[in-house]
This record gives sequence, C-alpha cells and structure tokens, in this order.
Amino acid sequence: MKAPAFAYARPASLGEVFTLLAQHGDGARLLAGGQSLLATLNLRLSAPDILIDITGLPGMAGITIEKDTLRIGALATHRELEHSHAISHHLPLLAQAVPHVAHIAIRNVGTFGGSIAMADPAAEYPAVCVALDAQFVIAGAKGERRVAAREFFKGMYETALRPGEVLVAGEFRIRPEGYRSAFIELARRHGDYAIVGLAAQANCSDGKYSDVSLAFLGAGGEPVLARATAAALEGKAFGADTIALAQAALAKELDPPADLYSSSATKLHLARVITGRALATLATLAAAT
Amino acid sequence: MNHDIETTITVNGKPVTRRIAPRTHLIDFLRDELGLTGSHIGCEHGVCGACTIRLDDKIVRGCLTLAVQANGRRVDTIEGLSDSGELAAIQKAFHERNALQCGFCTPGMLMAAQDLLLHKPDATREEIREHISGNYCRCTGYQAIVDAIEIVLTQNRAGRKSQVTA
Amino acid sequence: MNARAELPLHAPGTTTDRGYIGKSEPRANAKRLLQGRGTYVDDMRFPRLAHAVFFRSPHAHAKLTRLDLSKAATQPGVIAAFDGRAVAEHCTPWVAVLGHLKGIKSPPQHAIAIGRACWQGEAVAVIVAETRVQAEDALALIEADWEELPVVTDMEAALAGKVLIHPELGDNICFSRELVTAGFNEAWSKADVVVEQTYEFGRHTGVTMEGRSILADYNVAEHSLTVYHSTQAPHMMQDIFSRHLNIPESNVRVICKDVGGSFGIKVHVYPDEMATAALSVMLRRPVKFVADRLESFLTDIHAREHKATVRLACTKEGEILAFDLEDLTAIGPYSVYPRTSGIEGNQVVNLTGGPYRHKQYRAKLNVVFTNKNVTCQYRAVGHPIAVALTEAIVDLAAQKIGMDPAEFRRRNIIPDDAYPYTAPSGIKFEKLSHQQTLEKLLTLMDYDTLRAEQVDLRRQGIHRGIGLAAMIEVTNPSPAFYGVGGARISAQDGATLRLDPAGMVYVTCSVTEQGQGTEGIFGQIAASVVGVSMDKVRVATGDTGTMPYGGGTWASRGAGIGGEAVLQAGKALRSNILDVAAAILNEDKAKLDIVNNEVTDKLSGASKLTLAELGRVAYFRPDTLPMKFQSELTVTRHYTPREYGFVFTNGIQASLVEVDTETGFVKLLKHWCVEDCGTVINPMLVDEQIRGGVVQGIGAALFEHCLYDEHGQLLNGNMADYLVPMSGEMPDIIVGHVETPTKTSELGAKGAGEAGTAGAPGAVMNAINDALAPFKAYVSNQPATPERILRALGKV
Repeated sequence: MKAPAFAYARPASLGEVFTLLAQHGDGARLLAGGQSLLATLNLRLSAPDILIDITGLPGMAGITIEKDTLRIGALATHRELEHSHAISHHLPLLAQAVPHVAHIAIRNVGTFGGSIAMADPAAEYPAVCVALDAQFVIAGAKGERRVAAREFFKGMYETALRPGEVLVAGEFRIRPEGYRSAFIELARRHGDYAIVGLAAQANCSDGKYSDVSLAFLGAGGEPVLARATAAALEGKAFGADTIALAQAALAKELDPPADLYSSSATKLHLARVITGRALATLATLAAAT
Repeated sequence: MNHDIETTITVNGKPVTRRIAPRTHLIDFLRDELGLTGSHIGCEHGVCGACTIRLDDKIVRGCLTLAVQANGRRVDTIEGLSDSGELAAIQKAFHERNALQCGFCTPGMLMAAQDLLLHKPDATREEIREHISGNYCRCTGYQAIVDAIEIVLTQNRAGRKSQVTA
Repeated sequence: MNARAELPLHAPGTTTDRGYIGKSEPRANAKRLLQGRGTYVDDMRFPRLAHAVFFRSPHAHAKLTRLDLSKAATQPGVIAAFDGRAVAEHCTPWVAVLGHLKGIKSPPQHAIAIGRACWQGEAVAVIVAETRVQAEDALALIEADWEELPVVTDMEAALAGKVLIHPELGDNICFSRELVTAGFNEAWSKADVVVEQTYEFGRHTGVTMEGRSILADYNVAEHSLTVYHSTQAPHMMQDIFSRHLNIPESNVRVICKDVGGSFGIKVHVYPDEMATAALSVMLRRPVKFVADRLESFLTDIHAREHKATVRLACTKEGEILAFDLEDLTAIGPYSVYPRTSGIEGNQVVNLTGGPYRHKQYRAKLNVVFTNKNVTCQYRAVGHPIAVALTEAIVDLAAQKIGMDPAEFRRRNIIPDDAYPYTAPSGIKFEKLSHQQTLEKLLTLMDYDTLRAEQVDLRRQGIHRGIGLAAMIEVTNPSPAFYGVGGARISAQDGATLRLDPAGMVYVTCSVTEQGQGTEGIFGQIAASVVGVSMDKVRVATGDTGTMPYGGGTWASRGAGIGGEAVLQAGKALRSNILDVAAAILNEDKAKLDIVNNEVTDKLSGASKLTLAELGRVAYFRPDTLPMKFQSELTVTRHYTPREYGFVFTNGIQASLVEVDTETGFVKLLKHWCVEDCGTVINPMLVDEQIRGGVVQGIGAALFEHCLYDEHGQLLNGNMADYLVPMSGEMPDIIVGHVETPTKTSELGAKGAGEAGTAGAPGAVMNAINDALAPFKAYVSNQPATPERILRALGKV
C-alpha cells in the first residue's frame, strides 16, 4: 500500500509552521515521529496535501526540571523518556508506562507530543498525563496557552488542540514524598495496544490511600479518570476490604466500549482486576520503604 | 504537481543525492532507487519489523520513515553491515543455529539482534525475547533466534572477561 | 541416542558410517539470506516491467452493475485497465473438483470476476502501470456501482440453504461425506461411558512474511511464458498456466528463487496471479503482482473454520470403543483450484481418533460455501482439528472415569507391534511408535513431577495445566492424495546428479525450498551416497526448465520422496563414477570405493585418484579411455511412493500453561514434542520445523482469528489487529525423537514439516482446560481468548 502524494516542508521556526497551517488548513498534517501518521498514510486512510515536519523546531525537545515542575518537550522521543534519569526518579509512573509503548524501533522515533496529540484511546501517555494532572503547553500564532490534561482529551483521536496550534510540551509536578505509583497494562502480546490499562498514583503515607488518581486507558474514547472510585478510597486503610470497595465503586463509574476481542463486560472486569492489583502494589511499595 | 525534494543520505557510508517524492518511504527508496533489496517490506504499517534498518545508529521501521526525512543522516542496511563485517558474529551464530528459514524477516531481525548486542550486553533470555518482540518471524518460532543471540552474548562476555584478566 | 536406521548407503565392504545423514549441517543456502543477498520475486528487475494492482470488491456479495475504467486508464503511468471479460479472453476459468471426492461441486471461477463479487476482496478489475504507486493512484478513479446481494456468513445458515450463493448448484454444499463402520451401533450400545462435546475453531490464515508474489514474462516472438513465482509447486503451475493460457506446456517455464515462507498458502491457484500471467500475454511485456499485507489478509487462503461435535464411547475400565464425529466447515464461495477445498474436512474425517485402537467409527462431514474469503490447504491440513477434537474428548473421557490422561492414552494407543494396521476410517499405517513416543515424552517432561507441582501450586492459587496431544500425520503422499482424482499434480519426484569436471557434484531436484532446508538435506544425502564432502556439493531447485519433473513441496514430502530420488540418483552416479575410475585405472570396479572426494582402494583405503582428476580425464581426455567406453556422469532417478497411500508418522506433544484466572490470560511455560519421522537426515532442521510448526499451532490456539461481521466484512485484516505469535509470549520447545524408518524407501525418511502445527492447538487447549478443571470451567473454542476463558470461569 503506497501513500497518496503529498508535499513536505521542514520549517525552522514555529512562525513558519503557523503560516503553513493557516495556508493549508485541513490539508496539512504535522509530522513529528510519524509512527502513527505514516502508517495511516500508507494504508490510504487519509490524504493530506502537505506534511509539516516539526522535528527541526528548536526548543521542543528535551526533558528539564525547574523547581518541582518537570517539562517534557513534545519532540522528546519515547527512547529519551525511557533513558531519562529525571523521569525515572521524579515521574516513575511515566517511566513505568514507556516500555509498554509499541517496540524499540517505534520508540526510537515516536514522540511524546505525537502520542498526546494522536489521543488513541488505548495509548499509555494520555492516561498517565490525566492521572498526574499534567498541563500541556500549546502554541498558536497568537501565543501560548496551557490546557490541563484532564480537559485536553475529548474523545477518540479528539483533543482540545485547535486548527493552527502545535503542542509544545507537557508539564508535570514531580512526584511528592509519600506518593507511590503503579502502571498496569493488559495486552495479549507485548507492545500491543492495551485491552485495558491503569495509571495509578496516590499518597500512601501512614498505611492509607489519599489523593488517589486512577486513570484508565482502553476504557473509553479518552482516558477515564475514576473520580468516584478515588473519592471512595480517600483515607481508607490498605487491605482487601478497601480493594473490594474500590472495585465495587469502579463498576458504577466505568462503562468501557467493547473492542474486537473483548466485550464491555470483560473490559470492566479486567479494569476491576487491575485496580485491585494496582492498589495492592501501591501498598506493597509503601511498606517497602 | 511535482513535490520532489533534493535529498542527500549517507547510505552504507556513501553519500547519495536524489530528488525524491516525499511520499516515498525509505525502504522503497533503498530497494527501488538504490537496488538495496536486502531490506524487505512485510506490512507497510510498522508492525512486522521486516523493514527494520539503522538510521543514525538507531533501529527504525523503514516503512514508517520518509526518505526525505533521512536527509543529512546516515542509513545502514543489511548489505552495508554485512560488508563491513559488523554483523559477522551474529550472522555466524544465526547460521550455525539455523535461526532463519525463509530469510524474509532475517535482515530486520539481525538489526534488532545487533541492537541488543550493542546496548544490552548482559541481557537475559527473557530480555532477548522482549527486544525482538517487534520482529515477526513465521518460520522459526523464535527459539533458535533467541539461542543464537544468547550464544553471541556469551561469547562477548567471555571476550570481555579475558580482556580484563589479560 | 536415537535408534539409527540401517542404511546401505556405502558400497558393501566399506567402513564409512552414514556420512552426513543424521548430522546437523548448517544450510549453505542460508548464507545469502543472512546478508540480504537473497532473490525474492519483488527483488528482480526487468526491462519494461509493469505493475498490476487489483480493484477489489468492498462487498461480500454484490452484482457489479457498472464499471467504468476510462478515467483510471488515462492516469499518469497507466498502461492498461481491464475488467474480467477482457482477461477471460486470454485465461479460461477453472472448476475445483476432484473425482475421488464424491459429489464435490463448485462453480467456475475466473481470473477476474465477471459481473459479481462473492467475497470482500475479490478482484473485479485490474490496473497495470509503470509503477505500483501510479497504479494505486489510478485505482481511486475507477467508478463502480454495486447492487448488494444477500450475504451468507454463518455456516449453519449456509447448510440450511435458505439463501443460496450459487442458485444453479441447488444448495450451499461443496462436499459431504459420511462413513460408518459395520459394528458401530453395537459398540456404542455396549459403552459404559459416553462423553460428548462441541468444539468451534476460528478461521485463520498463514501470514507468510513475503506476500504472494508473481512476475510473468511472456515472449510473443516465441509464444513462451516465463513466470517467476513465489510458489511451492512450479510444475503444477506450469501445467495450469499452459492449459488456461493456451501456451504449450514446454513453452512455459516456472522459476522459484527465494520464497519467503509458504506453509501451504502458496501451493494454490490464485485468480489474481493467473490474471497477472494473462496480463503479460495481453501486454506482451513482463508484469508483476505482489500482494500487500491488506490484500493478503483478504485473499490469501484462510483455513480451519469448523464446528464439530465429537463423542467417545468407552468401557468403565477406560477402553475406547468408538468415536462419533459430526463436522461442519465453512469455506469461501469457491472451492480452490486445483486441490479443492474439500480436502481439509476430508482429512478431519480420516484422522479423528487416529492414534487409538478402537475399531468402530462414524463420521459425517459437510463443507459449505459462504461469502467469506476462500479456504484451502494450510500447514497440517485438517490435522489440527482432528487432533484437537480427538485429544480433547479423550481427556474428557479420562476425567469422567477418573483416570490420569496419560494413563488413559497408554491404555488405548495402538501398540507398537500391531503393524501394519488399518484404522476404522480406512487409513493404513505401515509402522508407528505411539508407545515409545508417549513414554519418551512423559520422561522428557518429567510428567509426574509436573503433576505433583500442579497440586502444590493449586493450593497457593496458582493454576497450571498440562495438556497432551497424540497425533498421526500424513506424509510422503502417493497419487492417492490428488492424482487419483484427476489432478495433474505429481506425486513423484526426480533428482539429477552430475559430477562436474573439477570434481564437484551438482544436484537438482523437483522438490522446492522455502526455508525448511530442502536443499541442505539433498546436499547431505548426495554427499553421503556419492562419497564427497559437503563443500563439494551444490544444490539447485525450483526451475521447471532445468529440473526433473515433480511435485514440489506439500504434505511433508520433500525429505521422503525428493530425498529418495536424490539417494537413488546418487547411488547411480557413484556407480558410473566407479565405471570411469575402473576404466582410467584399469582395475576391477568391485575393488574401488569413493571416500572424501577420492577414488580409493576399498580394502586398504589408499587413494588412487581424485575426483577432480577423474573429471578432467572423463570430460577433456576421453581419448585416453578404452575405445567403447562412454562416461555417463549425469544421472537422473525418479521416485514415487507405492506401497501405501500415505506414509504416516506419529508423535505426541505436551503443553504446560499457567492460567491467570482473574484475567483469563494464558502464560505458556513450556512445550514438548516427541516425533517419529523415520530417518532423520538433519536433526537441527527437523527440530526447527517442529518448533516453527508448534508456534503456528499456538497461534491458532490462542491468538489467530479472521473475524468477519454478519455482512461478510473482515474486521481485523492487518498486522495490528490480527494477532500472530511474537517472541515475547512463546515458550521454549523441547524436541525429542524416535526413529522408525519407513521400508517403502531406502532412505527411510518420513515427513516432519507439519507435525508441530498438527498437535499444538490440541495440546494447548487441553492444558488450559486442565488448568481450569478445579473450577469446572471448560473452553471449547479456539482461539482461547481471555474473554472466552473468563466466560468459562463465570467471571463475565
């Protein structure tokens, strides 16, 4: 399957990008790692007029920490995330998620920003960003704005990005003392899109869960933040009863769509199972230190 | 409308300049324009790994790389890495252990194997399986490939040990 | 140490061993593949090469009411655009029926469908252009109107026949068969225990790494056609191109260079490949077609869609009295040419119950047309179904009477001294070794320890399962498979061996290579029989123009049939070389031997003449030889198996799994296979065939399923959604051997290529059900997805 014809530009500045986007409107696609985009083009699922390669833009790569904010440039590759000391140290939930992203050859090229902008319901980073209440930095011709991850993902492949805008970075609060995190993904083969997955983080001080974030992937058109379940867990002690409570609460707030191989009921069941496992892991991690 | 772009890629150590249509992926360019047919097309959507080549020292899916994106960069294919001898040890191990049958996945598999040998010299058997988990092979069932990689890892470790003790 | 066959390979009186037979020689022809220097069809360059891209029906069943190729035909780079009628003027249609499948029927099929598409993906037009890209661009400009017709996708609905796909046939039944042994009813009435279960198997496909590829080059000046084809059976294709394109047989040459995986997928006739050959004739220039991955999923043959009810009757002591089988299988809208789509179901009937010594059997088979992709023979044809059904119902019977499954098998398998033996379905076994393979397996896997561990781990909430699957396998087929039915498919093969002037031996054989090591083992046999070292042998296969006539690769016949032809030709060449040596040395031939590239004195071992020197004299200085002497240093021999319809092999597999009963995920811990394929020529190659085959079978058991909706739309026809086994989930596979050579040939080799795939699905399914047994949960559907396991456990 050969891609349809398109033009290609590799601008050196965001200004040029905005000009091209304004010029081509719907006919333009941004190209970063291209690991999703180029597959869809080879499959002739879309026919843009022009690909705007943003990998040459300055200031959009790199992983930096300032005070308690960790900033990941949109062009940081999965590989860079995987090898980042800053991330493994300060954002362990994200560090745990990266190895689940596809395979090495894809991770060498695919980008953080690409994954966020693509917003695949079964992708790892959107759920992690929602769990961690990250902020996305978005640039447009008129300037920069920030959108919370929890407001950014609107539906399957749908985000708060407006025409003419470019995702520039993600900003995260580094994990505070006393918090523990767990990332669990169920996939039948290593590197597949998840059947269902969970990005979980909570304050696990004093043998209790508080400030719990549970964000599911593969459970809806966009990451699902299980707020009611988190609320039900607030202040509860570690233990089997608490896990059962959380699983029951989850059954009321999650309604995952079926996929090719798993019914909605199966996905809900699996979500409950991994919730229990994640909570158990958080408790174990808290006890270990 | 002609969208062709003048592109220079260092292929197996030699710079190559061509005007290339942006939609041409790197594998089609290597195969059709340069006759480097050792890199294969298995799916063209980045899943099977048959097209795995090296771009600036990193293994990538050639079918998910536009040739024009390789401008100013270095591409190494199975032909180049064979001629240079870089793959000699892993190729010998593959041969002796019959870690290939039809050979179609093999160039991509060797790229993944060599990537592991370079970056994970202490890999366990499970880590080997994980590293090649993005390369589909229908013929071997993978075990012989894992064995062959393990053999070279062991040889390399013994080689390093004797360097240290020498 | 395996039992060695007694091969009279060396001339009487010599002391050599079996040479390279039994040695794990690395394959000489793998070196080029390791360096990316192979030649697959898509690698070849030809002047004026054109590319064909097919316009395929988006509907599972629809009339093509309007087709307008005019805009597409004028696009940049487009050479021509044709519909089915245009191609039909150059390529006649075919009907895939065979005389020995009584009552089989199928409508004619054209190279490009005319007026109606019967499955999603069936080609109804073709664009030929200078490049593939240009052809694909032009496809978008084809205009087509369709009138959708009712779609038949459910096999039971197809059988009921309220909607007929081909009204002229009267029903949707391609083929039916019934058999019942004389004492069946009586045996059934005597049973203490009857177990019954219905099983469903999802259709799946081969997913060869290299897609189907063909490059046809018609030379109008010679009225000759050369086809570079990624196929397993070049002579079969030569015959078919000749007859359907009306080109004299010997003017057609089919060449197979490197083939990137086949597994049976590439032994069939595909309409788009026939169309490509026709296009070359029509356009009088080379034309290439390479199926891309999406096309492959839509049009490569699928296989193994069955719903079967199997019953077993036994005594309370655990003696199996009878099997009863009712099998329904869904194929596509056509039987596939020329081997027919009735064979897979036919095999299920032939093989169910195979390893066991019951005398009574009843079976009923229906093969029905549906509006899904066509199906046909795929590695192990029918065996995976027959073995899974047999071994699952055997486990259920063992469970019902409270007997260990290994012990139940021990009591019922055909004893090793019972041969020759005719099974209730009529198949004849020369000599099998079920008892030896069973015991060897149980020892190899340390069965008792695994059972004890299973008990311990269950107490800790860890659920492991052990599944066994005994099997028989069809190999070395005689004309009984196809020839008797009227197919021009050869069950014999030929090998030509030639001593070259510099003392090397050049071997050609009509069996083909797709990576299994055909050329490697022929080299080993030739070297061993003639008396040369491996580095002095060259082997070539896959060219109807230069090789003896034969059958190619299918039904695990390469080693047994091709190997025997090589052996016989080798013996004859050896004899002729010694004739020349005797003439050169003026000595009695009986006193001479050939060892390690030299003619030697048989008794003392002293070297008398190198083969290089012999070659020099024979070819360049025959004037120095006796007046009447003529050297014959090129020899051809053919071989076809005669005594048995098929030379069966036997084996047994075991799977050890751990089931996560909360998620339904199955972890494959280990897998074993003990196989008896007679004389093993190259243990490494046989073991690797088994491993590859096992993993393919695991794919069927856990992952692979061509999913169609009720409109006949394939839902998962890409590599992300159709799940093939990848390295991360596969177990290590331990292989053991027993060797019972066949006496039907001197080589004694039986086939081994399909055994892995035959037994793995049954072993894995049995292991899963063994793990689930404490929960009274049971999975009877393949693939055993997490959802199906969760449903069985009542968790969903």
